[in-house]
Amino acid sequence: MALQFSAPAQAEFNKLLKNYPVKEAALLPSLYLAQREFGHVSLEAMEYVAGLLGVTPARVYGVAAFYTMYHQAPVGKYLVQVCLNLPCALRGAEEVFEYIGKKLKLKEGETTPDQRFTLMKVECLGACGNAPMMQINDNYYEDLTPAKVDEILDGLK
Amino acid sequence: MAEEVKILTQNWGKPDSHKLETYLAAGGYEAAKKALAMEPAKVSQTVLDAGLRGRGGAGFPTGRKWMFMPKDERPRYLCVNADEGEPGTFKDREILLQDPHMLIEGIIIACWAMQAKAGYIYIRGEFIEPAARTQAAIDEAYAKGLLGDNVMGTGWKLDVYTHLGAGAYICGEETALINSLEGRKGQPRIRPPFPPQRGVFDMPTTVNNVESIAATLFIIANGPEAYKKHGTEKSAGSKLFCVSGHVNKPGVYELPLGVPLLELINKHCHGMLNGIALKAVIPGGSSTPILTAQECENLKMDYEALAAAGSMLGSGAVIVIGEGTCLVNALRVLTHFYAHESCGQCTPCREGTGWMDQIMKRIVNGEGRIEDLDLLLSIANNMFGNTICPLADAAVGPVKSFITKFRDEFEVYIREQKGRKEKRWPVKWK
Repeated sequence: MALQFSAPAQAEFNKLLKNYPVKEAALLPSLYLAQREFGHVSLEAMEYVAGLLGVTPARVYGVAAFYTMYHQAPVGKYLVQVCLNLPCALRGAEEVFEYIGKKLKLKEGETTPDQRFTLMKVECLGACGNAPMMQINDNYYEDLTPAKVDEILDGLK
Repeated sequence: MAEEVKILTQNWGKPDSHKLETYLAAGGYEAAKKALAMEPAKVSQTVLDAGLRGRGGAGFPTGRKWMFMPKDERPRYLCVNADEGEPGTFKDREILLQDPHMLIEGIIIACWAMQAKAGYIYIRGEFIEPAARTQAAIDEAYAKGLLGDNVMGTGWKLDVYTHLGAGAYICGEETALINSLEGRKGQPRIRPPFPPQRGVFDMPTTVNNVESIAATLFIIANGPEAYKKHGTEKSAGSKLFCVSGHVNKPGVYELPLGVPLLELINKHCHGMLNGIALKAVIPGGSSTPILTAQECENLKMDYEALAAAGSMLGSGAVIVIGEGTCLVNALRVLTHFYAHESCGQCTPCREGTGWMDQIMKRIVNGEGRIEDLDLLLSIANNMFGNTICPLADAAVGPVKSFITKFRDEFEVYIREQKGRKEKRWPVKWK
């Protein structure tokens, strides 16, 4: 069955086209829309978006593959992204990552069997004054302590 | 002792500071009103006279940049660079979260000066909440007639949009940002042509950092002389310094340019964490050459002083490194970053950052050779200045400065031949 935007997603797509004088400029936000609608940016999703914007699927692939925030394979319900760049590392980020890895029994890039958590290492998230920190889906969690990490992860159903 | 300044941070900490109601009650949008009554060229001249320099890292005079826009018939665009990705930098996030209307008002001023028809705020993809706050503020501004077909009743039309990135440090480079805004990979462009000649959608474009735009309000409201009262002769005004690492109170501090570095650390940030000794400071974001503790003495935080010290003010992101930090491991963290973020276009960068990280990985794991240090410097020297954009130069910054200034530490580490999992960082996470 061919992929298609739901009515609300189609409406959102039409709205965001108005932000740009040329259609193809809407590619990055369209890929986010597709990722939310379809779960991840599959090859089918790329072809669908290419059709909507009048660009080649190869162009869409190049863009989707270039940026880290488009996932070409499904990720868990909660994408746990731990910053390991220098300011965070100075305040214990490596230990944070190890702690979470042990708690969730995950190595970098892995997903829990119940599909709840995926664990990733990421670069600087621009919150260095509150290091160490992590991003889970849309939210930043800063000034992490072991207790805070437990509270946050245990609270995510 | 330098006192904190409230040019950019005056609304921070107020409840609902991000809301239009709060902003208007504090006198918001008066500066934009004043600008709209001035000749556009006069607005640019005023900003130039104030000595405001780009706060994203390059320090180019903002007024001068605005004057590069051509006077032909083509529609003009402002792109606001909110791609804040330079490790150690976290000031623009605070502006978007706490005072997005300050940015919008600055965009009105900048677009009027350049007679631009629209402003795009390019926000890094991870900044979901700041982007939502910014879009909400834009919506409030439209509803109040501060943006749209009839800006503040003047008949002038201005549209402002937010556009999210998707995870790429390189999109902080202005032409990569433009490419990304056009729906492409964030790969920088060869110049010339420069953005004012051919920018976004092939139209004249100026790209400015969030903090630079925000600083124009005070300049228009109070005049260039009032701005120049702060800072130094060549580095006018205030700066949002971002301090991270081994200090007791990391955070964003608005201080006059020229504030002594040790005062920033010891007074404003309440000194070194756990009383550990200062080992080194990266003064302006990870791309700026590292300074030894000795080099930090008597060092003032302005463009000239840091350049004279062989480093850069950059984004004003001060990363404080305490004794007990293994700099070999710290450098590997950075080489990994640059290798990851290289867009891949230019051979010296793509291959160079890749090799520097490979070699550092090998060294960190206990398989280093003494020759590796000169090899790293040789790679660095072959990268610098040989690429389309400065990411390669940025990657070279830490590699060259860490190895040159802390060579003994690297040699000892290599000779130990065992790598090090413990004793990498002096502070235990708890």
